[in-house]
Amino acid sequence: MSHASPAIEVEQLVREFRKGPRAVDGIDLAVSPGEIYGFLGPNGAGKSTTVLMLTTLLPPTSGRASVGGYDIVREGSHVRASIGAALQEAALDAILTGREHLTLQATLQGMPRSERAGRTQELLERVGLTEAADRRVGGYSGGMKRRLDLALALVHRPRILFLDEPTTGLDLQSRSALWEEVARLARDEGMTVFLTTQYLEEADALADRVGIIDHGHIVAEGTPAQLKSEIGSPSVEVVPADQSECGALVARLEAFGTLARNGRGAVTVQIPDGESQLAEIVRVLDQAHLKVASLQLHQPSLDDVFLAKTGRKLEGAGEDEDER
Amino acid sequence: MSASEAVVGAPGGISLAVPSLFDQVGAVARRSVVRIFRQRALLIFPLVFPLLLFAINGTGLAAARRIPGFPDVNYLDFALAIPFIQGALFVAITAGTDLARDIESGFFDRLALTPLRGSALLAGQLAGAVVLACVQSLVYLGVGIASGVGIASGFAGVFVLLALSILIAFGFAGLGSLLALRFGTGEAVQGFFPLLFVTVFLSSSNLPRNLITTDWFREVATYNPVSYLIEGVRSLIITGWDGEALALGFGFALALSVLTLSFAGASMKNRLVRT
Amino acid sequence: MRRFYYVAHGVAWRSVHNTFANPAIILPSIIFPLFFLAAFAGGLSSIAGVPDFNYKPGYTAFQFAFVLLQSSAFGGVFTGFAVARDFDSGFARRLLLCAPQRSGIIAGYAIGALVRWFVTGTCVTVAALLAGMSIEGGGVELVGLFGLGVLVNIVAALWACGVAMFLRTEQAGALIQMPVFIVLFVAPVFVPLSLLTGWIHAVARYNPATAALEAARGLIAGSPVKLVLAFGLLAGAIAVMSLFARRGLASAERAG
Repeated sequence: MSHASPAIEVEQLVREFRKGPRAVDGIDLAVSPGEIYGFLGPNGAGKSTTVLMLTTLLPPTSGRASVGGYDIVREGSHVRASIGAALQEAALDAILTGREHLTLQATLQGMPRSERAGRTQELLERVGLTEAADRRVGGYSGGMKRRLDLALALVHRPRILFLDEPTTGLDLQSRSALWEEVARLARDEGMTVFLTTQYLEEADALADRVGIIDHGHIVAEGTPAQLKSEIGSPSVEVVPADQSECGALVARLEAFGTLARNGRGAVTVQIPDGESQLAEIVRVLDQAHLKVASLQLHQPSLDDVFLAKTGRKLEGAGEDEDER
Repeated sequence: MSASEAVVGAPGGISLAVPSLFDQVGAVARRSVVRIFRQRALLIFPLVFPLLLFAINGTGLAAARRIPGFPDVNYLDFALAIPFIQGALFVAITAGTDLARDIESGFFDRLALTPLRGSALLAGQLAGAVVLACVQSLVYLGVGIASGVGIASGFAGVFVLLALSILIAFGFAGLGSLLALRFGTGEAVQGFFPLLFVTVFLSSSNLPRNLITTDWFREVATYNPVSYLIEGVRSLIITGWDGEALALGFGFALALSVLTLSFAGASMKNRLVRT
Repeated sequence: MRRFYYVAHGVAWRSVHNTFANPAIILPSIIFPLFFLAAFAGGLSSIAGVPDFNYKPGYTAFQFAFVLLQSSAFGGVFTGFAVARDFDSGFARRLLLCAPQRSGIIAGYAIGALVRWFVTGTCVTVAALLAGMSIEGGGVELVGLFGLGVLVNIVAALWACGVAMFLRTEQAGALIQMPVFIVLFVAPVFVPLSLLTGWIHAVARYNPATAALEAARGLIAGSPVKLVLAFGLLAGAIAVMSLFARRGLASAERAG
């Protein structure tokens, strides 16, 4: 993390609801300017509640946080002027067109009348909605609604963007397009992005750093690579074409790292130096004329990280409860 | 520094002026009006249903004219006031369900993230209700006149009638908004519709109060503010310029508006939770 | 026949259970007729003072006949709403898939409507009696009165089921309700037919609901009138609406 003042700084933030346990139970985090911070956790972990507090829509029970240098409790209006947010629900008006949404947003954000049309057109082009701009949002696909949602969050050129599960329910193509845009915003415009997600691959692909939250606590934090390396190194699983050559296979592979055999007749070796050893393994097996039925590289995933920290897998760990 | 000049923004970010109250109300009002005109069912049903009842009850109860003591007018003239009040109920439900839908869908949160003031949001939402009330009132009046109803208060009375009916609708729209802000769901708002419908029936909507022979019903109608709203509108149609009826009609309409908007404003503060 | 019975029984059981387990459904269907009785009989009682208004049992009984038939009709209409909801939620598809004799589904909904109306009708009758309604008809006449109510309920339920099955969406509610509302109200609701004037008299003369209403009032007064016409029209309406509902069911089956 850089030494510039954090764009988002959270200290022992707590949110209790009248009925039920603490949704957010004393979290600390800091996000540098221009960073994409992935907030990963199952349903009910406290992700959306955290976002609602940081975007000033929910007052914290205790703790403090600052966004864009402003305190979320005492300087709420300044926080809101500094941020854009695309919350969990796309929250659009099905009767209005995309263009009308953007014009309304621009007006309410205080944009001068002379700039509204230009900014609206610019954003429509940016998110690829120019053709659909004058159609009612009720007829938009899920992906189009999410793109409009993102455009609305960007109308007033905020420095910090909150995205609460932005790709949930989207098809692969729409998801990739949204990832590209988010990455571009951070890379080219230096925007700080606070992104909540329950998708491992999203956090892996997008986030510079990831915070994993479970039951209101941050259980792990770091870059995806750091988190995964804490758990273990990558491993290669080899299944010989001829089971009688297992011994020879073991003899060749043990030079690379710790071996393990499983009941399916495969030999797995942990490779501490990472994927760079993979080519060498293939070369050694080829030189020994050992035929393999399959050879797979397994990387520790964030799911493995979650499992190590909480004893549960992230996928399927979500509880069916309201976060708000 | 005026409200329109105040500037907020993040260090190094783009600073935008906080829009004036007028701009904010205008933006929300524009949306509210557009929504009304793009949902034909919201326009058509509140027009058709009260007029249907007017046609049916206006002729079905024509014999009431022969009740001793009934005003010397056709029953149709007597009954024309009712659609204005029924229309106001529809305005209430429309205003309420629109706002409730915004709350349920999260659009309300989107608005909360802007510098939009709660009072501007309420005023803007009600603008759509007022426009709907205007359209309705003009249609009811037009159909009434086309059916042969005479407006005893004349040309000037027409404007006073429109003003009173719009004020009544405005008060009911405030009630709809209050219900939406208080309960947050369209279902809850619509659940109150039967209750509002009942208050119209338990009034002097179908007969003058002095001709209601059932004691308990007459008592209820006497204490029911809706009776005075109806009688205020009706006086302009069948009597002319009845100072007392107009004073009571406008008085109750104003009281309804002030009361509902005050409570709606307070509920807005609770609903628009922002730090 | 047995399969028809089992399907009808199952659907009827669910319909009755859902109605009575949910106060938000059963209470309005009881409260509204009571309210109309109070509003019409209470608020308009001076109509009985109009010259030539000759109805011996009095205005409360006069309005009771209308409210009873109206509650019966709307009991059928509300069942249509439930059918439409079932299509919107997908439950109707489940019914269509598992019912071996699908006409039993329509019968089941209709039976559910009837059971609901028995409760509503009883409440309305008790309320009218407590309000001092005078009934001059005897036991046979009263059986005939409630028989009219049963037939009206069946007609309305079949109509509502048919529309709901054709349109298969909750938004069909207005289309289910409005025709029934219009048919009921373009009839001698507030005064006898002889006191109606203008276009409403012309329409009410030929409105089948007028025959049913006048027959009901005659039965309460102990002087039955237009019984054959009323029962005949209702029987004919049941035949027509059964066909309509069956067509609706076929449309729903084709849609899958």
